[in-house]
Amino acid sequence: MDEAPRPRADLPWRLALLVALIALACAVVLSGLPARLLARPAAVAFHGRDITAENWNPAFALADVEGKPRSLEQFRGRIVLLAFGYTHCPDVCPTTLAKFAQARRLLGADADRVQGVFVTIDPERDTAELLRAYVPAFDPTFIALRGTEEQTDAVTKAFRANYQIIQYKGDTLVDHTASTYIVDAQGRARVVTPYDQTAAELADDLRAILKSG
Amino acid sequence: MRTRRQLAALAAALACGLGQAGGAPAAQPPERAPLVTVEDPWVRGTVEGQTGSGAYMRLTSREDAQLVGASSPVAERVEIHEMHTVKDMMTMRRIERLALPAHTPVALDHDYHVMFIGLKHQLVVGESVPMTLHLLDARGRPESVQLRAPVRPLATPVHPAVLPGTAPAAGHGATGTPHG
Repeated sequence: MDEAPRPRADLPWRLALLVALIALACAVVLSGLPARLLARPAAVAFHGRDITAENWNPAFALADVEGKPRSLEQFRGRIVLLAFGYTHCPDVCPTTLAKFAQARRLLGADADRVQGVFVTIDPERDTAELLRAYVPAFDPTFIALRGTEEQTDAVTKAFRANYQIIQYKGDTLVDHTASTYIVDAQGRARVVTPYDQTAAELADDLRAILKSG
Repeated sequence: MRTRRQLAALAAALACGLGQAGGAPAAQPPERAPLVTVEDPWVRGTVEGQTGSGAYMRLTSREDAQLVGASSPVAERVEIHEMHTVKDMMTMRRIERLALPAHTPVALDHDYHVMFIGLKHQLVVGESVPMTLHLLDARGRPESVQLRAPVRPLATPVHPAVLPGTAPAAGHGATGTPHG
C-alpha cells in the first residue's frame, strides 16, 4: 500500500540554508574580496627574485637630464626596468645597461612597453650633461635620473637598495647594489634581477609580466 | 800543414763573427722573451666628461710573476682593481699585486680589471691606447710590458651576462657570495 508522500520535514532547514548561503555570497561580493583577489597578478615563475608579495611601495622624485621632475607614476602603462649606478663605474654599470638594451632587443615589438631607467647614486659627479651623453649610448630610449642626496637616499630606500660613497686613495668610489628592478605597468614592484642573470633571462621575466598583466 | 790549420781557425773565427753579426733570432737566449703575454686587450670607450674607464685583457706569464701596477699617458692614474660583493653591494678596491702563476692565463675581465682614473681625454673607438704593465718576475725583479689596447664601444659587455643564452661563469660573486 502506497503511503501518501510525507512533506519533507527538513525542507525549511534546507531553504534556510540556501537563503543563508545566498546572503553570504552577496556579502562576500559586496565586500570586494573577489575583486581584490582577481586584481592580484597571477603567480608567475621568474628567473629573478619575485617580490610581488612583499608589496613594496616603489617611488621616486627625481629630475631627468632636462631638469624636469620625474616620478614613477609618470611611467604607468609601461614596465620600468631600473638600475642604480654611476658613470665612474668601469664595468658593472655599463654591463648592466648593455644587458637592459639587449633584453629590450630580445622583446622585439614589445620593447616599446619597457622603459629603461638609470638612477645615478653619484649625482655630484654625474651631471645632467654627462648623463645626457652616457645613457643614450646604450639605448636611445633610456632615461637617466638624478637628485639631491636626500632624493637619492629616498629612492634607494624605496627599492631597498644600498649605496655607499667612499673616498679611497684620492678617488671617489661608490659601492652599490648591482641588482636591478622590474616595476610593472601598474606600478607594482615585481622582480629583483641579480647582476649575473643573463639578458635572455631578463627578457623572459619581462615577457612573463607583459603576458600576466 | 800549419797553413791549413791556420786557415781553418780563421774560417771558424769568421763564421762565428758572421753568425753574431747576423743576429739570428733563434740564437736569442730564452730570458729575453717577454715575461707576460697579453691577449685580447681592450679599453672601454667613454663619453665626453667621463673621468674613468676600464681596461681588460688576459695575461699569461712564463714564470710565477706578479702584476704590481700599470700606467698610461691617457690617464692620471692607472690601478689594478678587484671586485667583490659585500652586503649585497658591488665594491671595487685597488690591489697592490695580482698573482700571475706560471703558464696560467689570468683574465682581467670582471673580478679584476685595470682602472683608468683621471682620463685626460675622451676615449673614442678607433683609438689605440698605449699602456705599460709593471710586473715583478719570479725573483722579484721589476719588468715592464708595453702594449696598445684598442678602444671598444662604451656599451661592450664584459660579463657574459649580456650574451643571449650564455650562462654566467661561476665565481663572479654577484649574488652575495663572499669573494676572495
